[in-house]
Amino acid sequence: MKEIVVISGKGGTGKTSITASFAKLGAKEIVVADCDVDAADMHLVMSPEVIHTEDYYSGFVAKIDENKCTQCGACIDTCQFDAISPEFNINQYKCEGCSYCSEICPTHAIKMQELCIGQYFISKSRMNNYLIHAKLGIGADNTGKLVAIVKKEARKIAEANNLNTILVDGSPGIGCPVLSSLTGANLVCIVTESSLSGFHDLQRVYEVAKRFKLKACCIINKHDLNTKVTKQIEDYLEKEGIIHLANLPYMANFSDAMVEGKTIVEKENTIHSQLIKDSWQKIKEIVV
Amino acid sequence: MILAIASGKGGTGKTTLSTNLASYISEKQKVTLADLDVEEPNSGLFLDVEKDLEKDMFKKIPEWKESECILCGKCQEWCKFNCIQVLGDEVMIFPEFCHTCHMCVDLCPGSALSFKDVRMGRLSKSHKGNLTFVESRLNIGEEQAVSLISQTIDYTENYADEDELIIVDAPPGAACPVMEVVDKSDFVILVTEPTPFGLNDLKIAVETMRILNREFAVVINRYGIGNDDVITYCKAENIDILAKINNDRKLAELYSKGNLLYKHSENLREQLDLIIEKLHLLK
Repeated sequence: MKEIVVISGKGGTGKTSITASFAKLGAKEIVVADCDVDAADMHLVMSPEVIHTEDYYSGFVAKIDENKCTQCGACIDTCQFDAISPEFNINQYKCEGCSYCSEICPTHAIKMQELCIGQYFISKSRMNNYLIHAKLGIGADNTGKLVAIVKKEARKIAEANNLNTILVDGSPGIGCPVLSSLTGANLVCIVTESSLSGFHDLQRVYEVAKRFKLKACCIINKHDLNTKVTKQIEDYLEKEGIIHLANLPYMANFSDAMVEGKTIVEKENTIHSQLIKDSWQKIKEIVV
Repeated sequence: MILAIASGKGGTGKTTLSTNLASYISEKQKVTLADLDVEEPNSGLFLDVEKDLEKDMFKKIPEWKESECILCGKCQEWCKFNCIQVLGDEVMIFPEFCHTCHMCVDLCPGSALSFKDVRMGRLSKSHKGNLTFVESRLNIGEEQAVSLISQTIDYTENYADEDELIIVDAPPGAACPVMEVVDKSDFVILVTEPTPFGLNDLKIAVETMRILNREFAVVINRYGIGNDDVITYCKAENIDILAKINNDRKLAELYSKGNLLYKHSENLREQLDLIIEKLHLLK
């Protein structure tokens, strides 16, 4: 099984638009996993038809039984997260589910309840492939675990259908969902942009990817915005042994395809379309 | 007052608005900007500030004292985050997963667990004229951003004058790090772009604000690309649109060099004035 993960560090570099294009190009040969669970957008261009829905449980939340509670206040004193009000109401969004209160409550009035914080879906997309995606509840903790579940489901579907490539839209940032996105991957494709912020975030996220000893490749978007930074990024890629796939020019209407619910590669005869097709071809050669 | 600049989607212009608004206001009065996007802090790239101090930031994690341990296994049983594992006659601790809930340390029957500080990131404070800038960056590999964010807010509030405006650049998304920031803020500006991705992520951010019962309004960045769906949505939901910042390649180029934009764009200055006026940000 080959797993290709697309990440960016910084948001807004074009990661999802490019991943959706790869999904279109890979068509029925691949399974697609949207692991940007905080801001899942792949479904907006892939028009998935949901085949199967599953609730996602993670972590616990404390619940006070009013009949048993003597309002002694021991729980409020122990809670490190300020999750219990003076009126003995639990703030679900602050409670981290540690169960300390439940453990020390002298009248055993506090029980820990498993928390349903979202759903994940197995769908068939208009691109003739399977898309595994998720909808996370607000303020949910443990998004890394949901990423792991989405990837596991994608692997199961791939095995059942004799497919050997999984394409993952990874999360932004460098925290737990990204670590989870990268676990078990074969190739990481970093989409950056030609700006100081883009370069800065590229370096930070590559430090994370390095820990997984992954093969890495990179697309520089909006390369003509700042030729000096583009050169710096290119030098960095060479120094780090990251394969440079393509430079995409700045295009004010990058979002036109999105508005039409299409991917960039479906806009035929554009320079972007050709460059992304070439990049996908190179990626396939690298992972084989 | 703490004014948070947030967005569901990354890359919509959160940092651009935070740095430009703070710098613009600092031409007239004292203001503090705190970059709480601790995973990828970028505000500092746009500010020509002078550093006053830097310090390590810590979180508390349990430390095992073998001599006191009776190997009862309670700590492993209690810990809901799987950071304590008893393996044979040894207790292993995985600090990245620790939420510092205190249960294992407080309740250990043999007093074999105590707290020690581990470095989770670094905070710096700098200034230029009326502008104070606080930034924290999370160590690479560290999973728990929330504690660093919360400590940085506390630091900033303690440092700033009582009636000073504090602008905070929030992390993207709708998960726990952004909840932490919103919870401690008085008002939230949601920055979006007028595209289908922008709208989808804005809806999630709006849901978050409503759950937390926080006052908020929207700023549209890159106005002119995409379509009108964001405006239609805001109207239907009675959400105030404070400002619309025009899409402009020239601004994208200046941004790429790490420049502040308001000095080069009349449209941006006008839009910042609208935000300042509507939210009464000037004393």
